[in-house]
Amino acid sequence: MAYSEKVINHYENPRNVGSMDKNSKDVGTGLVGAPSCGDVMKLQLKISKDGVIEDAKFKTFGCGSAIASSSLITEWVKGKTLDEAQKIKNIDIVEHLSLPPVKIHCSVLAEDAIKSAISDYKKKNS
Amino acid sequence: MDDIKIKLKFPIYMDYQATTPMDPRVLDAMLPYFTEKFGNPHSRSHSMGWESGEAIEIARKQVAGLIGANSKEIIFTSGATESNNLAIKGAAQFYKDQKNHIITVKTEHKCILDACRHLEQLGFEVTYLPVNEDGLLDLNLLKLAIKNETLMVSVMAVNNEIGVIQPIKEIGSICKERGVLFHTDAAQAFGKIPLDVEEMNIDMLSISGHKAYGPKGIGALYVRRKPRVRLEPLINGGGQERGFRSGTLPTPLVVGLGEAAKIAAESMKEDYQIIKKLSDKFCTRILDSIPDVYLNGSRDMRWPGCINISFAYIEGESMILAIKELAVSSGSACTSASLEPSYVLRALGVEEELAHTSIRFGFGRFTTEEEIDYTISVLEGAVQKLRDMSPLWEMAQEGIDLKSIKWSDH
Repeated sequence: MAYSEKVINHYENPRNVGSMDKNSKDVGTGLVGAPSCGDVMKLQLKISKDGVIEDAKFKTFGCGSAIASSSLITEWVKGKTLDEAQKIKNIDIVEHLSLPPVKIHCSVLAEDAIKSAISDYKKKNS
Repeated sequence: MDDIKIKLKFPIYMDYQATTPMDPRVLDAMLPYFTEKFGNPHSRSHSMGWESGEAIEIARKQVAGLIGANSKEIIFTSGATESNNLAIKGAAQFYKDQKNHIITVKTEHKCILDACRHLEQLGFEVTYLPVNEDGLLDLNLLKLAIKNETLMVSVMAVNNEIGVIQPIKEIGSICKERGVLFHTDAAQAFGKIPLDVEEMNIDMLSISGHKAYGPKGIGALYVRRKPRVRLEPLINGGGQERGFRSGTLPTPLVVGLGEAAKIAAESMKEDYQIIKKLSDKFCTRILDSIPDVYLNGSRDMRWPGCINISFAYIEGESMILAIKELAVSSGSACTSASLEPSYVLRALGVEEELAHTSIRFGFGRFTTEEEIDYTISVLEGAVQKLRDMSPLWEMAQEGIDLKSIKWSDH
């Protein structure tokens, strides 16, 4: 499969790989996908008291497009409020990375990861 | 490592099951038949036809010699897919009024399985036997599956995805005893391991040119003459190839297949020893040194030039991208539009999550020790990088049982 230059760039130099303390109150963790489907994303967001995403880290089991999609969203969400981050749509990821139709599910998963991490944070702090 | 790198040519070819590079000696043998020796091998009225015809018969002998057959028993085809189709459909159609049951195995090549599916639609009965965890056929299951209506058993010699060698001789003797035709798809075995149609009681055997350092577009089917095996042809016409396969033979390709067989006869032993040594080194360094890495299929009953490995917690396509200097193939079919993991690995009982992490490494006559050393070091680095990035590896290291998690399947 021929990957776009942007996918290759993210794959070769992934941004913000790593983990944060999942038990920390200011960290929201999203774990989406399934090993049997061939992709699992873990996205963690560190959120300030006034609801701004200060830091983001990811780890992904999946193809190049899945890794690039998760790397990209960690860049995008930083500095955004929770409301702004939730407005990121999978189609924005598809367009930015020029994902082919067979890889659209990677972008859907990335969007789900953001929502899941935010919901985890909200649950912890409600 | 940099010293090694200078000597290497990239990408390093590790996909010998997909196709093999043509041996330069094969090309040399073929060239005259493209230009000055262009006569139609079936022309009987002039010397140019005779010249081509003689070249064909020499090639036929060379191919037959490699499998212990008589040259009259070799039918040239366009490749192993056609040979397999001719064997399965041809025999089924010819004998349909006597017997209508076919036995094959779940891990066969798609062209066998698809030909069988086609016959099922026409009313034939097909049994698809399972394999053991090591990819090998249980002979007792085969014995139990044979019944009065069974016409034929088709079992491949060397598997194209995992490299295991089926017990061909034992299967042949069971078939002979029960009066059932035995066909074997030897596309991956011809020229690599010793095959003898008499000793192994094989009635039909499929051959591919380009998997054995010969040209693409040529193959052969061995069809036993004593006792005679009859087939309904797939292609009708001028009655060439004893009426089994009409159409003018492509002389240069046939000569190429013959030359490939001749070279294999001379160098099979040496090729095997070198490939085995390289394969053992690769397996020792990768399988025995990296944690949570698994060989798919029997370690002993195998062609050492095909090593299929699951790298747990690393998705196969990302691995292929990480080792893009190596031309390898993903054991899982997820590089294609389908996201389904390999049916062969599933037949071995490899779980889906592990099947997604599988890569096939193919070695052959032109693989060098420098290439193996480089591959090992690239793989070690890629495993480290991708596991550092894998949430599954992280969870496994924390002692979390991945099966205990409720995953959001999509």
